[in-house]
Amino acid sequence: MAGSTNLIDGRTGKWEVVLGLEVHAQVVSNAKLFSGAATAFGAEPNTQVSYVDAAFPGMLPVINRRCVEQAVRTGLGLKARINLRSVFDRKNYFYPDLPPGYQISQYKQPIVGKGTITLDLADGATRSVGITRLHLEQDAGKSLHDQSPGETYVDLNRAGVALMEIVSEPDLRSAEEAAAYLRKLRSILRYLGSCDGNMEEGSMRCDVNLSVRRAGSTELGTRCEIKNVNSVRFVMQAIEYEARRQVEVIEDGGKVVQETRLFDSGRGVTRSMRSKEEAHDYRYFPDPDLLPLELDPAWVEEIRRTLPELPDEKKARFERDYKLNAYDAGVLVAERESAEFFEAIAKGRDAKIAANWVMGEYFGYLNKHGLDLPKAPVDATRLGGLIDLIADGTLSGRMAKEVFEEMWRTGAPAAAIVEAKGLQQVTDTGAIEAEIDAVLGSAADKVAEYRAGKDKLFGFFVGQVMKRTQGKASPAVVNELLKKKLQG
Amino acid sequence: MTGLTDLTIAAAREGLKAKRFSATELARAHVAAMERTRALNVFVTETPERALAAAAASDARLAKGEARPLEGIPLAIKDLFCTEGVLTTAGSHILDGFKPPYESTVTAQLWRDGAAMLGKTNMDEFAMGSSTTTSYYRPTINPWARRGDNRPLVPGGSSGGSSAVVAARAALGATGTDTGGSIRQPAAFAGIVGMKPTYGRCSRWGIVAFASSLDQAGPMTRSVRDAAIMLRSMAGHDPRDSTSVDTAVPDYEAALGQGVKGLRVGIPKEYRVDGMSAELDRLWQRGIEWLTAAGAKPVDISLPHTKYALPTYYIIAPAEASSNLARYDGTRFGLRVAGDSLTEMYENTRAEGFGKEVRRRVMIGTYVLSAGYYDAYYIRAQRVRALISRDFTQAFQKVDVILTPTAPSTAFAIGEKADDPIAMYLNDVFTVTVNLAGLPGISVPAGLSADGLPLGLQLIAKAFDEETLFRAAEVVEEAAGFTARPGGY
Repeated sequence: MAGSTNLIDGRTGKWEVVLGLEVHAQVVSNAKLFSGAATAFGAEPNTQVSYVDAAFPGMLPVINRRCVEQAVRTGLGLKARINLRSVFDRKNYFYPDLPPGYQISQYKQPIVGKGTITLDLADGATRSVGITRLHLEQDAGKSLHDQSPGETYVDLNRAGVALMEIVSEPDLRSAEEAAAYLRKLRSILRYLGSCDGNMEEGSMRCDVNLSVRRAGSTELGTRCEIKNVNSVRFVMQAIEYEARRQVEVIEDGGKVVQETRLFDSGRGVTRSMRSKEEAHDYRYFPDPDLLPLELDPAWVEEIRRTLPELPDEKKARFERDYKLNAYDAGVLVAERESAEFFEAIAKGRDAKIAANWVMGEYFGYLNKHGLDLPKAPVDATRLGGLIDLIADGTLSGRMAKEVFEEMWRTGAPAAAIVEAKGLQQVTDTGAIEAEIDAVLGSAADKVAEYRAGKDKLFGFFVGQVMKRTQGKASPAVVNELLKKKLQG
Repeated sequence: MTGLTDLTIAAAREGLKAKRFSATELARAHVAAMERTRALNVFVTETPERALAAAAASDARLAKGEARPLEGIPLAIKDLFCTEGVLTTAGSHILDGFKPPYESTVTAQLWRDGAAMLGKTNMDEFAMGSSTTTSYYRPTINPWARRGDNRPLVPGGSSGGSSAVVAARAALGATGTDTGGSIRQPAAFAGIVGMKPTYGRCSRWGIVAFASSLDQAGPMTRSVRDAAIMLRSMAGHDPRDSTSVDTAVPDYEAALGQGVKGLRVGIPKEYRVDGMSAELDRLWQRGIEWLTAAGAKPVDISLPHTKYALPTYYIIAPAEASSNLARYDGTRFGLRVAGDSLTEMYENTRAEGFGKEVRRRVMIGTYVLSAGYYDAYYIRAQRVRALISRDFTQAFQKVDVILTPTAPSTAFAIGEKADDPIAMYLNDVFTVTVNLAGLPGISVPAGLSADGLPLGLQLIAKAFDEETLFRAAEVVEEAAGFTARPGGY
């Protein structure tokens, strides 16, 4: 379980935070969950709306097979139980961005049951968190309150888009763990291609369920639900604030009230939205327009067979095959693209050098320039070419960095830059010997001091030789020859 | 031209093919009949120009010998079916001005097969009722009247406009929908044939929903053969309705004329209810005799959960309706009554837009689905529904078809049961079981009451065995020899 480092210091003692997350992940599909309307982000308002989405009289929902497949794929990726029979229910409430007056969701019989997700913690350790369920449901439209002073406008483009609601067990114990959970879930979804995980565009949204209890207690406290917290950073802020708030309420002799709260990202606080008494009665009942969803076990197996290698397996393989440490492997597999990029370079090369270059220089440049892998000017083949020139002694590490900068700027291959700039490392022992002789000849006193035992002077000689060769001499060759000559 | 409006669909089809009259003549005769019968308030919207345009197109096809199955047949459409560009009201104020930009699957298939639309028929608001008196567009009057009594009678409901228009010879046939008896009961009240197919046989796409798990479209005609002809065009799998069933549509007409020799006819003892009139009981007995005389074998059966059918129905149907009708909120189509806040706009719109019966059922439905009551009402009703269904499954191991009366009474006067919703709900006592079990049922006019009003007998068959249903219905129809005509138009 969580270490004691996660505890909060209150006035009256230490407190433990207990939290679970509900993530709404937008399913990657061309059409909506129950209609053929398109789902592309950023379209003009109300241009991607069918009569089904607008709930015109007599319109009926028809399940989109692709969305079901994505939910099954995700369930399998979360090592969860796939329910071969699930039921769509209606969740009834009135709001203008919900045209039928009900959301089609899954209440008692979700498509995916219990699963697990492994968190990669900062110290390289891992921790398992339970998934309670995953179900399919429709998104609502969007109310636009800022278009007119007296009216609200509604954009139904999002109405009916498929969401997967992924609910965790109350297994998380800190804001950091919640962040690690979200990052890992996002990584798995992106590997599977079932959700793009883009929190800025709202394709991944999060509700937090949180309670506190005294350290050592095994009873659960009264929880609050914090709605729609839309970035990892905000989730962490909301948890820190809400946990403190609840501790203070209890320590001041009060009681935490079960309620729904909203996170105000501007002020970094949560505030009450509605209490348990004001909670909606959603009058769930099975949607009579839809038959229960029955899955063919063979189809589920077919999806299982086509699952990609997921982050956990990839990480284990990287540690094993490339002898990477857990941290490096974890960083490289976080995104499918970077893992594939690394492998393309590491294959047939020194994996440690490849990992250092990818995570160091290369990721540094990506960050600095705000680029994604596919848009970077240096691809895996080019970076591999550069590393090959290091391996065969053509370039020193320092020279390689210069060449890389040039590659990033011009997109040219390493070899071409090396040739054009005459950057090639000098490995010709005759030429280097001549330079060494010149250096040693002009510093006979230092040679004598060295031979008398002042070992530190070795670096001075190397420096002088490199200076005379404008840095092109192979440091390895210089070292070797110098040693030989100084020994006399 | 009255002769043309007296024809059955089958006879009109032959006459058109033989060129004894044109589709245009047939359409004109019906447009004239529509005008003559306006006092009955059968239509919410008349579309004579559409009927005449379709007839012209049919005449061109007939001339080329390219007649489709319903070529030139003028039909009336219940105002619950969405018709592209034509006002569709569901009998409700809340759908004011609603002209759907799409055509329901069932009506699209009728037009595909050459039929012509005369207009949209009046109905109980959102199909909730058994009298067509809950319509925002005023009640429809039954063309039949009691002997020696000129009080206007209801045509049954909810498809009362459709039953009245067919009985009054202002359409050769009509579409209806049946959620708890809304085709069969008005057919019995108006002395015509009304048929509810197996749930899933006709697509519900484009039909304004009342109770999704019970609603089913069906034909209303003046003969069993006509119902078979119409159903063949109306039925079929529709990928846009997830509850429509993907099985081939047989040629129902081909099943006719085969008789009932050897057929086992179930007589459920639970349908002999308290206070059933002696003449209805006698008619039922006569029905058994007709079928027996034709070679069928009567078998006493029990459907033990029948007495729970009505309360079960009046939980499930309002529950679904309360949710289905949430979309009428004043935001996107139909009526909007302004308010100072969103909630007030909702309340004003729905209070003014829905009539009393619809509001009553929305409230019942909301109540039975609410937290704390859901298990006691909705879940229990679903369990009873399964038992009712099982009753039929077990009965159909012993019999091929079941014979019962269609409705417990004849047509009543407008306003007669207006203050007593329970008395009104009792109209459905013989018909709701069929909807709860998803089975096909048909009402056939079988005789007249002592005061001269039509009485119907109902036949029920196994799911998707409409062919046996039509076969047996045709035998009852022939034996009954119902030739009486209403005088009130």
